Amino acid sequence: MSHRELDDMLGTAWRKPHFVANPMLRWGLVAGFVAYLIAAFMTIEVDWGRVYEGLDRGAQFVLAFTSPDFVSRAGDIWEGLLESIVMTVAASVVGILISIPIGLGAARNIAPMPIYLICRGIVAISRALQEIIVAILLVAIFGFGPLAGFLTLSFATIGFLSKLLAEDIESMDRVQAEAIKASGARWSQWINYGVQPQVMPRLVGLSMYRIDINFRESAILGLVGAGGIGATLNTAFDRYEYDTAAAILILIIVIVMALEYLSGIIRARVQ
Amino acid sequence: MPVVEQGSSRIWHRRTRNESLIRWFGWLLGVAVFVVCWQRISESTTWFFVWDAPRIANDIWTRATPPRWEYITQLGRPIWDTLNIATLGTMISLVLAVPVAFLAARNTTPSKLFIRPIALLVIVSTRSINSLIWALLLIAIIGPGVFAGVIAIAIRSIGFCAKLLYEAIEEIDHAQVEAITATGASRWQVMAYGIVPQILPAFAGIAVFRWDINIRESTVLGLVGAGGIGLQLSSSLNVLAWPQVSLILLVILAAVVISEWVSAKVRGAII
Amino acid sequence: MLRLQKLIKTYKTGDQALKAIDLEVPAGQVLALIGPSGAGKSTMIRCINRLVEPTSGSILLDGTDLAKLGATQLRKARRSMGMIFQEYALVERLTVMENVLSGRLGYVGFWRSFLRRYPQSDVDEAFRLLDRVGLLHMADKRADELSGGQRQRVGICRALIQNPKLLLVDEPTASLDPKTSRQIMRLITELCQERGLAAIINIHDVALAQMFVPRIVGLRFGEIVFDGPPTALTADKLTEIYGEEDWEATITPDDTDEDIEAAE
Repeated sequence: MSHRELDDMLGTAWRKPHFVANPMLRWGLVAGFVAYLIAAFMTIEVDWGRVYEGLDRGAQFVLAFTSPDFVSRAGDIWEGLLESIVMTVAASVVGILISIPIGLGAARNIAPMPIYLICRGIVAISRALQEIIVAILLVAIFGFGPLAGFLTLSFATIGFLSKLLAEDIESMDRVQAEAIKASGARWSQWINYGVQPQVMPRLVGLSMYRIDINFRESAILGLVGAGGIGATLNTAFDRYEYDTAAAILILIIVIVMALEYLSGIIRARVQ
Repeated sequence: MPVVEQGSSRIWHRRTRNESLIRWFGWLLGVAVFVVCWQRISESTTWFFVWDAPRIANDIWTRATPPRWEYITQLGRPIWDTLNIATLGTMISLVLAVPVAFLAARNTTPSKLFIRPIALLVIVSTRSINSLIWALLLIAIIGPGVFAGVIAIAIRSIGFCAKLLYEAIEEIDHAQVEAITATGASRWQVMAYGIVPQILPAFAGIAVFRWDINIRESTVLGLVGAGGIGLQLSSSLNVLAWPQVSLILLVILAAVVISEWVSAKVRGAII
Repeated sequence: MLRLQKLIKTYKTGDQALKAIDLEVPAGQVLALIGPSGAGKSTMIRCINRLVEPTSGSILLDGTDLAKLGATQLRKARRSMGMIFQEYALVERLTVMENVLSGRLGYVGFWRSFLRRYPQSDVDEAFRLLDRVGLLHMADKRADELSGGQRQRVGICRALIQNPKLLLVDEPTASLDPKTSRQIMRLITELCQERGLAAIINIHDVALAQMFVPRIVGLRFGEIVFDGPPTALTADKLTEIYGEEDWEATITPDDTDEDIEAAE
């Protein structure tokens, strides 16, 4: 707005300036969005009769949460849950151990160029492929069972942790690291004294978070035969045993909550 | 004091004797747990398949290359469905997440004792359960199809969006809210003028971020029958049509890269 | 016009922020509230429009006891008390004009305010006020693009567009440099005079208070320990309010000394 006089402005209407200043573009965006929404809704085929029938089963399922059945398939649930936990623990340990060197390698400020490119490549591949797709491929290669699940989760952990660790190292305080270097430390000593103390608290926090994610993911790997509670859950849904399914879901939620609580405590202690 | 007198010399240790003992014990326990986990995985693995894995991997690779390019003509509709599942699911989840977030944030909740715990429970339970499991459940209830996928994505995202949003609400500048209250504004006006403008950037960021994740997740929902490109992946896998599988994987990879790029661009424009 | 009677505020922690305050402010009088940090200045101002709920006592504004009002009545009563804040407290992501118009929220309905369809009389008044403080050309700028002094001017407009009888001013100059501080204090006192407004200005800069304000009230540990004109504020009195210190330099302010203090 130019410098107009008060007298010119008195009596004129005031409107909030628009977020997108060009009216053509603004209305174009709105129209495009509305058109997309209409097209999207038109192409979703909803069988309302089926949905209506389903409401009844939905209600049954919600009611099942009030009386979950932990007992009748206790053996399957216990086996599946234990396998999920085993996969989570093993994959988290291996994944974290491998992701530390790769994270160091993927940090531009401490790694030489060729190593940086290789490590960034590994990170990119691991992040682009979803767990479930990796699991399908690994099951095809290694056969059914928790080994495929373990490898899947380790692989996913590497992509997640290395990337965040590398970003953390890249944004660390240079001065502290340089001070250690100035004392004549070797590369390994420099990492140990100059870099590690700065990134350790965050690494611990991220690792805890990743354990949490790994457990949640381990619950679905069973759907494609890669071990864990997912297979039991799938069977329960197939047989419409909602009370058993509810029991499994409750167990998953409780374990995730416990993990979150635990990670809160651990993170508070390392910081 | 971790300084030990040995004869005439004083030796500095980083930790006292007890601390080191506890640490060693902790490490030992960790290693033992890992070994036990690994043994369980190893027990339920058919090692014959594992030793055979390189050959099988090689075999799959030769079958899967080159991808069957002409198959892409049949993927148009599945890609469109996938996009719709992610977009509509995100929009529905945002509509539901906003009230949940306001009920969960300490400074806006009407009741810290009753309503806040319920809102937090909604957040943790929708968040801990993967969208594939939600899809399984919804397919059992309302039947397979895109609609089940949309709802699965929507439910799964509520917890995620509401958690980030309520954290943003708790971090707002209270002085601005106080200033609007002091003008004699009503509760809703305080919300619209004092709180909403402050969380709007966070809201937009969360929406785009979650949309990006949902594109990834909706590509695999078809594996359990909830529509989208995963349906084609699943049927191609069932008939071992590896050239189609490799093409679908390439398409999924492209979708993930594009959505990540779009979300980064949009977030850059907002902030 | 405003009368506080036995106003007490005890926080949940047990801290007694205000100990039975009695104070009378006649219409059109500008009053400065001084005292050390933690003396209860901010609490007292916030108790008057009940941003902080007083524990007991009454707040009589033109005869109505604000402490006893229900939610709706309180909203109505708040319209006649404009408030100006230390850190400006503008809604940073809204434009200057929206911030000024937000002072009318107590008068317009929700949808009108949500859709930004304010009555033309409000819009004209906002233009006039912005012109008065010299910011008319900034009307469509976003509040976070403004400098500290400019933001405080917008804050003043927001308080004045409420058409208040009383201004509650909480440390208006604490975040400003010495020159801008004086300009803002001058602006506030001038506007009060033009419109015949009473004001309670909570301020930590004694020299600035003495320069602009005819009546000074000293608060210490939630009690009024001084009430009088600036000239009566002797070194002894300051010692009573703030504690032992060499006060001679403050009472006859010379510029350099005051600048240092204000910049703190």
